[in-house]
Amino acid sequence: MTMLLYLLPVALFLGGLGLAAFLWSLSSGQFDDLDGAAERILIDDED
Amino acid sequence: MTVCCAPDAEVALGIPVHGATGPSREEIGLTSRLSPAGLRHVDLSVPGVHCSDCIRNVERALGALAGVERARVNLSTKRVGVDWRADAAVPALTETLNELGYEAHLFEAGDEERDDTMAELVRGLAVAGFAAGNIMLLSVSVWSGADAATRDMFHWLSALIALPALAFAGRIFFRSAWGAVRNGRTNMDVPISIGILLAFGLSLYETATSGPHAYFDAAASLLFFLLIGRTLDHMMRERARVAVKGLARLAARGATVIDEDGSRNYRPVSEIVPGVRLQLAAGERVPVDAVVVAGRSELDCAIVSGESAPQAVAPGDTIRAGTLNLTGALEIEATAAAADSFLAEMVRLMEAAESGRGGYRRIADRASTLYAPVVHLTAFLAFVAWLFIDGDFHHAITIAIAVLIITCPCALGLAVPIVQVAAARKLFENGIMVKDGSALERLAEIDRVAFDKTGTLTMGQPLLLTADNVNPEELGIAAALGARSRHPLSQALYRAGIRWMATAPRFDGVTELPGFGMESQANGDHYRLGRAAWALAEGSATTGTVLSRNGKLLAAFSFEDSLRIDAFEAVHRLQAAGVGTEMVSGDRADAVENIAKSLDIGLATPGMLPEDKVARLQTLKAAGHRVLMVGDGLNDAPALAAAHVSMAPATAADIGRSAADFVFLRDSLLAVPLARDVAIRSNRLIRQNLGLAIVYNLIAVPIALFGYVTPLVAALAMSLSSVIVIANGLRLGAGGTARIAKASDSPTGNGADSLTGNGTLLGAPV
Repeated sequence: MTMLLYLLPVALFLGGLGLAAFLWSLSSGQFDDLDGAAERILIDDED
Repeated sequence: MTVCCAPDAEVALGIPVHGATGPSREEIGLTSRLSPAGLRHVDLSVPGVHCSDCIRNVERALGALAGVERARVNLSTKRVGVDWRADAAVPALTETLNELGYEAHLFEAGDEERDDTMAELVRGLAVAGFAAGNIMLLSVSVWSGADAATRDMFHWLSALIALPALAFAGRIFFRSAWGAVRNGRTNMDVPISIGILLAFGLSLYETATSGPHAYFDAAASLLFFLLIGRTLDHMMRERARVAVKGLARLAARGATVIDEDGSRNYRPVSEIVPGVRLQLAAGERVPVDAVVVAGRSELDCAIVSGESAPQAVAPGDTIRAGTLNLTGALEIEATAAAADSFLAEMVRLMEAAESGRGGYRRIADRASTLYAPVVHLTAFLAFVAWLFIDGDFHHAITIAIAVLIITCPCALGLAVPIVQVAAARKLFENGIMVKDGSALERLAEIDRVAFDKTGTLTMGQPLLLTADNVNPEELGIAAALGARSRHPLSQALYRAGIRWMATAPRFDGVTELPGFGMESQANGDHYRLGRAAWALAEGSATTGTVLSRNGKLLAAFSFEDSLRIDAFEAVHRLQAAGVGTEMVSGDRADAVENIAKSLDIGLATPGMLPEDKVARLQTLKAAGHRVLMVGDGLNDAPALAAAHVSMAPATAADIGRSAADFVFLRDSLLAVPLARDVAIRSNRLIRQNLGLAIVYNLIAVPIALFGYVTPLVAALAMSLSSVIVIANGLRLGAGGTARIAKASDSPTGNGADSLTGNGTLLGAPV
């Protein structure tokens, strides 16, 4: 059971890291144009 | 360069065509914002972009312009953001986009700020989701038998996660609930907030006293579910708002001012004061009420007064803000500032009329005024009863709170938004934008529809009637001449004859004589297109619009005001459904009667002023009717605000569009009965959902009253009821209602093309 003392904080920390990453990507505008992101992958970068 | 999306024919032919193509460089310069980095930024709405090739073409072409640092397309909002160096001239953005085959519009100033509510909702959703997931994991361990010390630790951990999560994500509900309570009202957020706070408070107490049951998971997942509904609801409205905002702006943003010394400068409308002289080119909208000083022209007043035929103006005539100068350049003198012009008068009338719908209460709020007292009273009685039965204060309060938790209206909170989101989505697919959920509720109640005529029941643009009888070669000549003019008849000829334009001779220098027509030379011949009395050499019996060569008649044309697509069917469907129809128009009596007769509309009132339309709606309201107003003009805007619910086509005047609850982007008038059908079905589903929520409570409350509610039971019951309500709401998406054919995707698209063969045309003297 002492294992829990390490594992629980680790699990919560990793989950929190994911949450923080999502909130960051949200505020940096990565979700502003979802349709555009889906189409842009088809554009060839020839220049 | 390849152009992916079939460009408009006029672009392919390389002919300058007049029409709503976009803002001028001056207007772009006026709206742009200066960034600290020395760049000017402007956002243009480009409704035509829809694929990766569009993105590439637009970004490359704009990026290659002199001075442009960056051009970025946002496909979701159909906008292009452009940055250019402030020291360089304003780049030719509109012209470049037009060459590629795209229309461009400017946004209202001050619209650029991000949608803060959406960001707050999504952040709240992320935090609530994180908290709900982690707490649920800990709860599962407790349910599966974690013993005393471990259980307490898990409960404390849950409390640690729940406290910041509820404080952060719950703000949205607490704020709204507090606002309602402070004003002595109640809304759905009040029982939600009380439920969440009590669940948290009780759990914290239980945790502190090493109790067996904590409801942190219920509180967090309740918040998560409710935020999903809230976020979807907001997304739908935001989508409609962005789509409506991207439509062409019909009010002038600035005007060319002639200064004392004769120099001409482009100034914003707000700087124009009475007495200032303005230059008004053909194709520009009149910025403020004014009087003509020099020049002759014709004005399109359709959007201002509802009159379908252009009005000729000469020096000395007064003209109203919002009308469109069609044929000749004018010099005008402002008689009123923008704030005192016709437009401003309409805004004042609208504000006065708005109170007409102020008393409306949404279904959810009405339900909660019944629901909240019953639930809170039940909880209180449970507390008193248990206190009386076993005298244990702690036990009694636990049961009372359990009642509040299990009845906390998760299902009730989702019952309405889920259905309305599904309904809005269905309407969106058919090109109809809904401003908010209450509009759907109001639309379901209507028993009468009042239509405006010009631009609503009709397309507001004439259609060539005799296209089949005219020799294609002559039609080609007429089209080539007509392409250079903004006069509605010229444009109708141009649209009808575009296929044969290539056969027309090369004209050098087409001149337009306002009030008469177009003339030009080709191969030594003298061509005229316009009024018969002017185009033909000597007094001829022919009247109307003709094409002549060296004074001799080549072809005569007649036109009709074309009905909006499916106008007849739409009106008849409404009448068949028992909805009364009537027409309120500012146009002349004969034009109004013609349309009314061909559409079987019994009651049609011509010559109505904006105040008359509002008065008519108020009379109907006083007689107990609930009226849907459908209109497009500036003069309809007060009526749109006064009606129980209102609808406007995408081509409507700016303030009309913002006053309307619904905006339909496609040309078909079937949007009106379709929207009503969807609204009625969604109201039925909302009532069913509320019924389901009541049934759920009838089962759950006794369980809670007898003290059998454990956190596991609460979690199961809540999830189950939410899933049932959501599933029922989504039934709206499945079949049942007819769809509108995608006649023309572009909101400002030319509907006359798809009108041929429709058969419901009628003669209107033009």
